[in-house]
Amino acid sequence: MDRVTKDELTPKIVSALLNSDTDISLDDALENDMILSMGPQHPATHGVLRLLLRLDGETIMACVPEVGYLHRGYEKMAENMSFTEYIPHTDRLDYLSPPANNSAYALAVEKLLGIEAPPRAQYIRMMMMEFSRICSHLVAIGSLAMDIGALTVFLWTLREREKVLNFYDEICGARFTTSYTRIGGVAQDVKPETFKGIKQFLDEFESNIHEFEKLLNTNKIFIQRLEGIGQISAEDAIDIGLSGPNLRACGVEFDLRRATPYYFYNDIDFKVVTFSEGDALARYFVRCDELRESRKIIYQILDKMPNGEIMLNSPKKVTPRKVEIYTKMEELIHDFMITNFGVNPPIGEIYSAVENPKGELGFYIVSNGEGHPWKMKIRSPSFCNIQSLPLLTKGYMISDVVAIIGSIDPVMGEADK
Amino acid sequence: MLDTIIYVLNIAIPLAFLVPFALFAVYFERKVSAFMQDRLGPNRVGPRGYFQTIADILKLLQKEDITPAEVDKPLYNVAPILVFMGSYAAFAAIPFTSIYIGSNIDLGILYIVAVSSFVVAAILMAGWASNNKYTLLGAMRSAAQMISYEIPTVIVIISMIIIAGTMNLFTLSELQTSSIYNWMIFGGPDMGWKKFALLPLSVIGFMIMYISTLAEVNRTPFDIPEAESELVSGYHTEYSGIKFAMFFLAEYANMFAVSIVVVSIFFGGYQSPFGYLGNTLGLSWFVPAEQFFWFTVKGIFFVFVQMWLRWTLPRLRVDQLMTMCWKYLIPISLVNLVVIALIMVL
Repeated sequence: MDRVTKDELTPKIVSALLNSDTDISLDDALENDMILSMGPQHPATHGVLRLLLRLDGETIMACVPEVGYLHRGYEKMAENMSFTEYIPHTDRLDYLSPPANNSAYALAVEKLLGIEAPPRAQYIRMMMMEFSRICSHLVAIGSLAMDIGALTVFLWTLREREKVLNFYDEICGARFTTSYTRIGGVAQDVKPETFKGIKQFLDEFESNIHEFEKLLNTNKIFIQRLEGIGQISAEDAIDIGLSGPNLRACGVEFDLRRATPYYFYNDIDFKVVTFSEGDALARYFVRCDELRESRKIIYQILDKMPNGEIMLNSPKKVTPRKVEIYTKMEELIHDFMITNFGVNPPIGEIYSAVENPKGELGFYIVSNGEGHPWKMKIRSPSFCNIQSLPLLTKGYMISDVVAIIGSIDPVMGEADK
Repeated sequence: MLDTIIYVLNIAIPLAFLVPFALFAVYFERKVSAFMQDRLGPNRVGPRGYFQTIADILKLLQKEDITPAEVDKPLYNVAPILVFMGSYAAFAAIPFTSIYIGSNIDLGILYIVAVSSFVVAAILMAGWASNNKYTLLGAMRSAAQMISYEIPTVIVIISMIIIAGTMNLFTLSELQTSSIYNWMIFGGPDMGWKKFALLPLSVIGFMIMYISTLAEVNRTPFDIPEAESELVSGYHTEYSGIKFAMFFLAEYANMFAVSIVVVSIFFGGYQSPFGYLGNTLGLSWFVPAEQFFWFTVKGIFFVFVQMWLRWTLPRLRVDQLMTMCWKYLIPISLVNLVVIALIMVL
């Protein structure tokens, strides 16, 4: 038996499991409450999340999430590379929505530099962010259903996601790790044919959402498995720092696209989806409705998409255009300096957050005027959402734990950074 | 000597049917799931992927047989054999055609119920011997589930026995001969007002029995013992290679066994719904072949329904599973039994 011995665990985890009030001894698992180590290799923990569960029969007495199995030191790595060089690493934060991470990071750096991308680039970024919301929520819904046992829904939602990934391919040249944004704009323009394809996809999308909703929403087993499971009150959710769909499922109408509008979200008409129950079912419903909202937003973006530049023309702060590098002295020097030493932002610090599919993704950058951040802190939504697991799972059963993890929808790439 | 050979042959015939069936069923399941999930399914090995399962079995046979260090070796090794034995033994009392039944005993149905609950012991053995918390949880769930769901099954079977007046599956199948209206699902071979009174009750009985047999073979929505998203693979997590293949074979054998028991009780067993071509043509040797065809088709149909449910429904939680059994299925089946008994007495 893979007994958990005290040496394997940090004292903090041991004390959290013991709660100092019972007769549990970790070394003899069968004598009393059982300690079950769920993960880091477990089909339902969405990557490498490890949960230590104290079980009485199948009921959870205590749950301690342990993160860090996917830690790659991204915050530290940022200190050793220029701002542009860091963009590919943002793909690997929340690897289910790379364009959103790219845009969030680019926005933060642009704020630090005091520049703004041209309107067309901003609209393209908004479109990509909504696409990544669609992608991410599709995976979240599919894997929630799969955790509960409905395997078919996962394939159906992934089929839809596949279509979006094809658009990524057309727009960025990559299906998964897009690295699409640059500081001051986006890498490439979107072709008119792609817009046509997107419109067609959106037209069909509503009925495709309806297709898998039919399979789930009227399914008594599915509703029974989720209703009242992992309930959390709005106050607790705010205290813990939940954000995104998980917070909105508690009835808190908080969406950064509305609260602190960035890009052109002010001009877009959309509804902040809220449900008041705060249970796993509400979180599922919020995601379903956000798919529809994102669809509406992309329609509006397509209507409003302006023509024009996709990269800012500001040679001192943004990599100059190739034509000018080859023809103008100043631009050549700036290109050399930016490529080798990075752009020099003013001394200071900035916190910029956007509404990512999983919640509030914030970048806190401290600059001492050099071409790389002096310190960067990533406020990742999954990390904060995982904090709620001990509260959510207490008193429920093992089968509910997988449903709760699925409904919280953490991505470990982002939680461990 | 000759007797011995005949016995051995007698025992081997169901196996000669089961192994190809399992190979086909695995392929079929993968194709059915692929169809439901907008995929292609296996299509590389052989024409349209027909040989995929054969390749899989060959792979499993060649694999190293890993025995984890701290397992209870005797129990660990004997459990896969017992699992298969339990489901295989059930085939002894199942009539394949009017000319072949492994053992024509009068307590046929009772024997099947008894011997297939042997699987519970084997699963508990596997789960306990693996010395792993997940397998233990899976085995516990499995034992609780299979024992609970045997009760409604048996109650339905008793009510059907009351109608038919026999526990011998061979006699039961012979009763339901010649026409589709003689099937037990339509109230049995007796014509008269009783038949129409029994018809709805039989349908209810069939539904209860089908649901509880799903739970007995651990299929979705009752696949809690091997819920892969919760318990990795449940009680057979630690098994690999040929021992894993035994569990797999047992699962498919079990699926077919419960389907065919349902068919034998409610849907006329091996009997054709339309009468026999062999009889019309005067070729009496052709009749058993037709019967075998119907036996297989009916069995596979109900196996298909099991697969259909598996790829459509989520799974229940443990407490919901127990609620369903003890609060709904058992009371309904008891009432059903009493009403059927009253009708038969009148």
